[in-house]
Amino acid sequence: MTAPEKSALEALRHRIRAFETGGGAVRPVFRPGLGAIDRALPGGGLARGAVHEILGAGGDEEDGALPAAFAALVLRRLEGVVFWCTGAADLGAAGLAAFGLGPERLVIARTRRDEDALWAAEEGLRAEGVVAVVAEVSALPDVAGRRLQLAAEAAGRPLFAIRRWREASRAARERERPSAAATRWRVAALPSLPPPGEPGVGCPRWRVDLVRCRGGHPGSWILEFDDAAHPRAFPADAADGPAVASPGRARA
Amino acid sequence: MAVADAQALLPALLLADADPAADAAFLARLAEWCRRWTPYPAVDGSDGLLLDITGCAHLYGGEQALLDEARARLGALGLSSRGAIADTPGAAWALAHYGSKAATLVPPGGARAALLPLDISALRLLPEDAQLLARLGLTRVEEVAALPRAALARRFGDRVARRLDEAFGAAPEPINPLRWRPAHRSRLAFAEPIGAPEDIARAVRRLIEDLCRHLECAGVGVRRLVLAAYCCDGEAPQIAVGTARPARDPRHLAKLFEEKLAAIDPGLGIDEMTLDATIVEPFAARQAELRIDPPSRAAESREGAAVVAMPLRRASSNARKGGDAEDLARLPWVPKPPKRAEPASPAPPIDDGLAAFIDRLAARLGPENVFRLAPVESHVPERAQQTLPIFAPFKRSWTSSAPRPVRLVAMPEAVEAVAPVPDDPPLFFVWRRVRRRVVRADGPERVASEWWHESAPPRDYYRVEDEEGRRYWLFRAGLYEPGLAPRWYLHGVFA
Repeated sequence: MTAPEKSALEALRHRIRAFETGGGAVRPVFRPGLGAIDRALPGGGLARGAVHEILGAGGDEEDGALPAAFAALVLRRLEGVVFWCTGAADLGAAGLAAFGLGPERLVIARTRRDEDALWAAEEGLRAEGVVAVVAEVSALPDVAGRRLQLAAEAAGRPLFAIRRWREASRAARERERPSAAATRWRVAALPSLPPPGEPGVGCPRWRVDLVRCRGGHPGSWILEFDDAAHPRAFPADAADGPAVASPGRARA
Repeated sequence: MAVADAQALLPALLLADADPAADAAFLARLAEWCRRWTPYPAVDGSDGLLLDITGCAHLYGGEQALLDEARARLGALGLSSRGAIADTPGAAWALAHYGSKAATLVPPGGARAALLPLDISALRLLPEDAQLLARLGLTRVEEVAALPRAALARRFGDRVARRLDEAFGAAPEPINPLRWRPAHRSRLAFAEPIGAPEDIARAVRRLIEDLCRHLECAGVGVRRLVLAAYCCDGEAPQIAVGTARPARDPRHLAKLFEEKLAAIDPGLGIDEMTLDATIVEPFAARQAELRIDPPSRAAESREGAAVVAMPLRRASSNARKGGDAEDLARLPWVPKPPKRAEPASPAPPIDDGLAAFIDRLAARLGPENVFRLAPVESHVPERAQQTLPIFAPFKRSWTSSAPRPVRLVAMPEAVEAVAPVPDDPPLFFVWRRVRRRVVRADGPERVASEWWHESAPPRDYYRVEDEEGRRYWLFRAGLYEPGLAPRWYLHGVFA
């Protein structure tokens, strides 16, 4: 690529970014505090006024355990009340607290239907005193997704949409569907690596895929926890330890 | 007795003109004051009160205790009283007016026996019927009750027989209680019935603005609002909304109704609407936190209606002082603010904007579906976290150092598991029809039920990891017993 082509590309990127942010200057971001992942994100962090999707992998698409923990991990750096709407109401508060989201910061709503969850999430984005919203939904229709994106942008608060599906077939269909979200993450468990000779379960290890990212590049990382407040992230390609089969690294 | 005779006997006698209207008004206020014991007080004639205390007595330590308390409080007001509690209004009335004691408690089913020896005036008969019976030589209830029904009916129609049946509980006799008067109400009547949704919405906005002006003057905010629409076809649908904190911002209150107005079916049209503030609390005094009480347990009640009837005579008015007299002077009744618990921890970071948001959520999802999770000092996992209403104070944080799952299933799910030796973690387990091989495991962590709770078998919890690295929280219920297959359950999923 020659120099003029490069500058033309840069100019185009700049213009597209301007469209996406409504012509505004730099979008405010917050740093999730995940080392290498922070650095790979456009602007050095997650956009504040945007929708971020978090998916599980395999059986966890139904349980939503890792996405919940990932949301808690990301939100530990934001101060203030987090509004969490969940259909199953199966949150383990002690477990979330271990990832940095204490119960005193959580306001929970049990929503029986997706429509209620989407409505509550939108209200939550507009509410004063809420710093971020987490919504567990199975369907995220285009229109609803754009509404939430606009509400998030207007309020300057992030919405984390944890996608949970009951049936594998539905999961397979929905997983690849494009959405209005700024980022889409997929979090999968990896076998723990306890020191040799030590019995029992080791510290958690996750594979975190940034499947799509508006204005940035997808990526994959391994996240290791020595203690839950200070995870270490390094690119999945450079991971030492046993090679882990990536479940078809999707690009958006 | 003529006034002149009375003055001759007692020259210092104070005289006052009879004022039946004022007496009736006083009796009505006194009935309102009796709401401390029952939601259904009623005025009886010109000198009595009828209280339907069905299901209320246990709150005051039983019927005898309630009767004693009522008479003691009336005495403190300077009123002399006679009272009775019985199964039927008729029996209670009879014993209160004609019983041998000033306070009578008739045991359930004892109305008939208690009434038989009384004078026939106790039956609340018409004067001419009573006179006729007296002329016939019948002076006591038992004599009338012993007469053949046919003969009674021939002479009196059903009047006497019905009074007997009502007193003995063989025929129903409704009490007509005073209607609850809300502390604040706004009302809007329409010249023409309205039915269009936008008209209804506009009417509701006006009602709310009106009510909020009242609330502002009174210095209170509303915790519960009831909107009633009176339709031409006789229907009167109601909508109730609650707020987490006392509120009187018209825009906020209007928003709470917005979600629910569609539930009103105007039918042929609405000709009147009312908006009642059924629970109000002081507004200016900002509360650090509020406690929403759990729904009260079902009231125990005795069979049939238990009724207190209480004829009253007004004593000299200078005896009316003390706490109850002040209470009475302050009618109509305005609820007192709930007693506040001492804040146990730094108050959760909840501000006004958030309170408004919580109200909107509760209005649509139901108040029980908006909550926080609070730690409880218990080793039993399902008791270690507790759902709390939003503004309840927060006590402490978790003390357990053992890892706890991010997702806790509401009811532990039974899984099929294969474990080799009694205390070993399982090798395999099948959960939701998927077979998972256990690669690594931590445990057991033995959790026994607290001794002051019902004795459940102890559980051995294991944290297991399958081949994919997913972690589960499994437990085996009960101790190992030879010859008995152990039961395994999944309780949560770790991240």
